Amino acid sequence: MELLLDSLFNGVAIGSVLLVAALGLAIVFGLMGVINLAHGELMMLGAYTTYVTQLIFKLPILKPFYNSYIIVSIFLAFIVSGVVGILLEKTIIRKLYGSPLETLLATWGVSLILQQFVRSVPLAYGTGLVISLLIGLFLPTTFPSKIKESINFKYFKFSSWIFAALTGVLTGSLISSSVSKLSRASARNVDVTAPSWMRGQVEIIGTAFPKTRLMIIVITIISVIAITLFLNQSAWGMRIRAVTQNRQMSDCLGISTEKVDIITFGIGSGLAGVAGVAVSLLGSVGPNVGGNYIVGCFMVVVLGGVGNLLGTVLASFGIGIMTDLIGAGRLLSIWPDMPLPLSNTINFFATTSMARVMIFALIVIFLQFKPTGLFPQKGRMVES
Amino acid sequence: MSLSKIKFDKKIVLSFWIILIALIIAAPTLLPVFRLNLLGRYLSLSIVALGVDLIWGYTGLLSLGQGIFFALGGYCAAMYLQITSSSEFPNNIPEFFALYGVEKLPFFWEPFRSPVFTFFAIWIIPALVAGLIGFLVFRNRIKGVYFSILTQASLLVFFNFFNGQQKLINGTNGLKTDVTQLFGQMVGSESMQRIFFWITAILVIAAWFFAKWVVKGRFGNILIGIRDDEPRVRFTGYNPVIFKTIIFSIAGGLAGISGALYTVQSGIVSPQFMTVPFSIEMVIWVAVGGRGTLLGAILGAVFINYAKSLVSEALPASWMFIQGGLFILVVTALPEGVLGWIQGDGPRNLLQRFGLKRKIETYPSLEINNKEGNNE
Repeated sequence: MELLLDSLFNGVAIGSVLLVAALGLAIVFGLMGVINLAHGELMMLGAYTTYVTQLIFKLPILKPFYNSYIIVSIFLAFIVSGVVGILLEKTIIRKLYGSPLETLLATWGVSLILQQFVRSVPLAYGTGLVISLLIGLFLPTTFPSKIKESINFKYFKFSSWIFAALTGVLTGSLISSSVSKLSRASARNVDVTAPSWMRGQVEIIGTAFPKTRLMIIVITIISVIAITLFLNQSAWGMRIRAVTQNRQMSDCLGISTEKVDIITFGIGSGLAGVAGVAVSLLGSVGPNVGGNYIVGCFMVVVLGGVGNLLGTVLASFGIGIMTDLIGAGRLLSIWPDMPLPLSNTINFFATTSMARVMIFALIVIFLQFKPTGLFPQKGRMVES
Repeated sequence: MSLSKIKFDKKIVLSFWIILIALIIAAPTLLPVFRLNLLGRYLSLSIVALGVDLIWGYTGLLSLGQGIFFALGGYCAAMYLQITSSSEFPNNIPEFFALYGVEKLPFFWEPFRSPVFTFFAIWIIPALVAGLIGFLVFRNRIKGVYFSILTQASLLVFFNFFNGQQKLINGTNGLKTDVTQLFGQMVGSESMQRIFFWITAILVIAAWFFAKWVVKGRFGNILIGIRDDEPRVRFTGYNPVIFKTIIFSIAGGLAGISGALYTVQSGIVSPQFMTVPFSIEMVIWVAVGGRGTLLGAILGAVFINYAKSLVSEALPASWMFIQGGLFILVVTALPEGVLGWIQGDGPRNLLQRFGLKRKIETYPSLEINNKEGNNE
């Protein structure tokens, strides 16, 4: 019983990281039919945001609040990845609308650039760049409508970009002069240390659970609830669902699909950032950290079907639990005296990498019966 | 996406071939050994690029997993070489087996004692694996992005498998070939490498003609039909699954040959051939060269790899930026690739923009001013 609980918990913990990461991917894929290969790198940006936040909170001014840095970093990671995602949508993905394979390749290019960016640009200036992007993209939207409609709006926009660039450079140099660890570029992995209240373990029904994993599960639950509420209760959520179901029809009915695309892509990327915070709690953070999770996320999307949150949730927990069951050889400890050939097989697959092999085989078998995932979208159109 | 082909004079074509063959024969004397070896490797990569062009450029299937078949071909060749030159090691099996306490050759490597079997295995095994994966995926009408990420996932699965199995295939260390013997000659030796270069060059040309033959005629038309509108092909009475499976396994077979040639020239095959970036790079060679133009795939593979080695020698950090930029640039600004751009209306449009060439008369002006005609 205890063993089963332990296994279930581990599976849920693996699954919840997958879930936060795949949630954004699934929403974007459902809406735009686009798979974002840079999603893993947006996670990486989230993880680095956590690291930067942690170092900034070590400064004397913010030292008293150090313990809460992880909470702050969740929001910051959402914003950072979201802004980068919005920029990506505005500059590249929008141009490639209707050709998903080309988008796949372009986003791969973006992921290469982002990876090399964190290697060769000091994190302090990277932070400055993100801040100037944030200001440049959002300052014009806060102007009163009188200015927005005036013919000189482009000059206002231009000057706000100049202001943004200046602020970015200033904050960049400020951070770089006050936190020496961020002032040099480095390709080495960095480590995020959890605040003291998150270290150690909690005992529930006689089993010890590490607090970081519980924290990740909590983050996941909150994000899923928030996204569900947003999609089902808010006006923009309704528009997103409408465009997901039928883009042309929604466009005809006056929904600005352009805005819907930006918002969805921003939220999806922001969720990748939140997943990055979770990832940074699990291990060290490096330029390649996203790559370890990204294929798992794709499998969740394939398995869960398009445009259905429940499918995504079930698929990620399913994959998480199966990974743990197979990868740790738990079936063997639950049922110790199974016949020899079976136990040999289980031992053969009882490593993390072989568990992936097995899970992929299972997914392909599953797709033979349900090719469009757990919850396919219903419709009568010829898919094209 | 129809590309108007430029028609060449027969004499020009003939002289082109004569120059090409002369260059291939003379290359070993013209180039230093290191560069010759690189050129040979890049030429062998162009065979896998041809396969990618067949499935992506002609059939519209973006596979991100060609590394599987590439590496399988490489492993077949490398294992044969290891086995035939293992007579001085204990138990007459390759040296690395002793490290993991394996005393008998694993059963599936037994047939690789025969050179004839290996010769066929190099391309048949990858083709069969590709056919199997392809059939299972296509049968369910999984396509587009789904297909791409499934191939990527299977690539990762193969990578994990090959990386983890020390006792069967030496795991992450891979199989070395440069110190093995083939027909009494050291594979890594200069004379052998020269022969491999010639073999590669011949095979690239052969593969090019083969691919041209494949896309010619009705079979090729169906492939293009599947790319442009698959449901319509199905409604016309063809079964796209068969055609897609066949072309995917042809591409797999080409990848296997390419992998074997690359392995003997680089001296090692390892799970690194199955990493995700390498397989996506294959796609970008084709994209830059021009998809749907077979020559573009060959040129793209050779030139991009050559540029990669030059840039990485000079500025190691910047290659990732350049490569990333290339991905973005080629899909947004040059979707037909360089060769497709040249064969299409690209150069003329460019000249027109600078006012160096007259605009083609299009429909409305033709109506008004008929005597101009079109100057194509």
